Amino acid sequence: MTHVNVKSVAKSYGSTPVLSDISTEFGEGSFTSLLGPSGSGKTTLLRIIAGFIRPDQGVVMIGDQDVTHVPVWGRNIGMMFQSYALFPHMTIAQNVAFGLERRGIRGEAARKEVERALEMVRLPGFAERFPKQLSGGQQQRVALARAIVIKPNVLLLDEPLSALDRRLRQEMQVELLRIQRQSGLTTIFVTHDQEEALTLSDKVAILDKGKIVQIGDPATVYERPRTRFAAEFLGDSNFLPGVVEAGGVRLEDGGIIEVAGSLPSAGTKVTLAVRPEKMSPAGEGKNRISAQIKTVIYAGPVLSYHLETSQGRELKLFSQNRDGNLMREGENVTLSWMPEHTVALVE
Amino acid sequence: MKTLGRFYLFAILAFLYTPIIVMMAMGFNESPLYQLPFSFSTRWYVALMGNTGLLTAGLNSIIIAVITAVVATSLGTVASVALSRHTFRGRSLLQLLLLPPIAIPWLITGTAMLIFFYWSGIGRGMHALIIGHVALAIPYVVIVVGTGFKTIRADLEEAAMSLGSTPVHAFYSVTLPLLFPSILGAALFAFAVSLDQFVISYFLATPGYTTLPVQIYSAIRKGFTPEINAISTILLLGSMAAILIFARFAKPGENRDPR
Repeated sequence: MTHVNVKSVAKSYGSTPVLSDISTEFGEGSFTSLLGPSGSGKTTLLRIIAGFIRPDQGVVMIGDQDVTHVPVWGRNIGMMFQSYALFPHMTIAQNVAFGLERRGIRGEAARKEVERALEMVRLPGFAERFPKQLSGGQQQRVALARAIVIKPNVLLLDEPLSALDRRLRQEMQVELLRIQRQSGLTTIFVTHDQEEALTLSDKVAILDKGKIVQIGDPATVYERPRTRFAAEFLGDSNFLPGVVEAGGVRLEDGGIIEVAGSLPSAGTKVTLAVRPEKMSPAGEGKNRISAQIKTVIYAGPVLSYHLETSQGRELKLFSQNRDGNLMREGENVTLSWMPEHTVALVE
Repeated sequence: MKTLGRFYLFAILAFLYTPIIVMMAMGFNESPLYQLPFSFSTRWYVALMGNTGLLTAGLNSIIIAVITAVVATSLGTVASVALSRHTFRGRSLLQLLLLPPIAIPWLITGTAMLIFFYWSGIGRGMHALIIGHVALAIPYVVIVVGTGFKTIRADLEEAAMSLGSTPVHAFYSVTLPLLFPSILGAALFAFAVSLDQFVISYFLATPGYTTLPVQIYSAIRKGFTPEINAISTILLLGSMAAILIFARFAKPGENRDPR
């Protein structure tokens, strides 16, 4: 139960930089997701914190200890892997006891700890089975039990849920969150699943090309993306180019869009980002744009529309399926939204 | 179709085993000239007990095969670990160079070894035989153990290290037990390669120290008795038992780490 600090960490392979100058803090007991596409450096960052990769420069602190030059086995970390990585030749109990044994805890004391950990992941009575006798979800629980039983300083999760099917994944998300809260472990979670990142985390860090583009609580990162990449990677977004004027941003169609908060100086080119669910065809918002409906996608609880403005810009609109589909393809509509749902991005 | 398939399988097995069965049977035939009718006798086994030449050669063969198996398996496994788990300069080249010796005719390898051993002062005899056999067996070991390695995920060792294992402990507690069937298979392979070896042994053996194949060969040239059948039978049953025990416990071909 300690905070983790990463200071000016950089890593490159040959001439390819994988991480450039990353500095961030993972607060005590917090759950942080590292979110990014493959190749963004999120896994490299996790593996540097774990100690599998030595950074070219920078410092990794776990608690108040500088662990930059401490090998993995000296860092007291709990780690979960994408492939579960259970030892196939050992029983569940032996798997969970592995880390305890390395810490000199054996016999009755170890047995009790193992039992407690298996109860925590809701797998009591599985101790004597072998990993291959368990389902994927159960194996993942064992992997979690094995990682937390050693009371690690930090829990590192490398896309542990991506091999599970949707149902099981959601179930495991709830479990993971419950256990994380119960244990109070500082947790760092690598994922490329934005929904997973939003649901689980206290903080989301979006990585792109070896840099942290934005880090903050899920709502802030989602509502106030700082770059186009962040807006696009976390959820869907509509982008409208425009130029800053007194009173707002003038779009290509001549309309003025109001933006809550400060804007750059007049004349600056900006891109406005608006989330598809913030727009609505029944207008109360101050900001307006007209567009034609191209396709209607029925997705159960949500209706999703693809539209096109008269300038040929594509727009997306999500609306709750309260009264069924009220709009037809080919229909012209005026979408409206509020200034506080508008983010101006300077590229 | 099914009957035909069964017949085909039977024909193959018959083709493989008939000469061996005839050879074994003749070891129990009274006649020294392999004459029929068959009359059961154990006289050649009794005679074999007094034939120190054959017995010593047989013992030599087994001793050399065991030593070869142990040494080649140890060296080959270490090489496999390096090739599968580490990256270093020239790795691909080394990996590539390990394979051709399997395809080089033994006669050529044997000649090369004889010349090299003579030139370098290693000479001939037991030590030369062991060196030669180990060199022959290593590529087989690397292939068998290397294949085993491919079924073991690298993240198992990483998981062990994250739990507090040093790399050495992770290897011994996780990888080695999972690799054990492959290592055992490789050892058996090395044992068989050595026990079978005639050409190279013929070059490297000395008149005072020979292996069984070499001894049998010279016996055949001088005229021989079914004692050779007797010792061949004993050897054959021994190695078949070893292979069957291995197959029973290691289940080659079974995926140890399914996923």
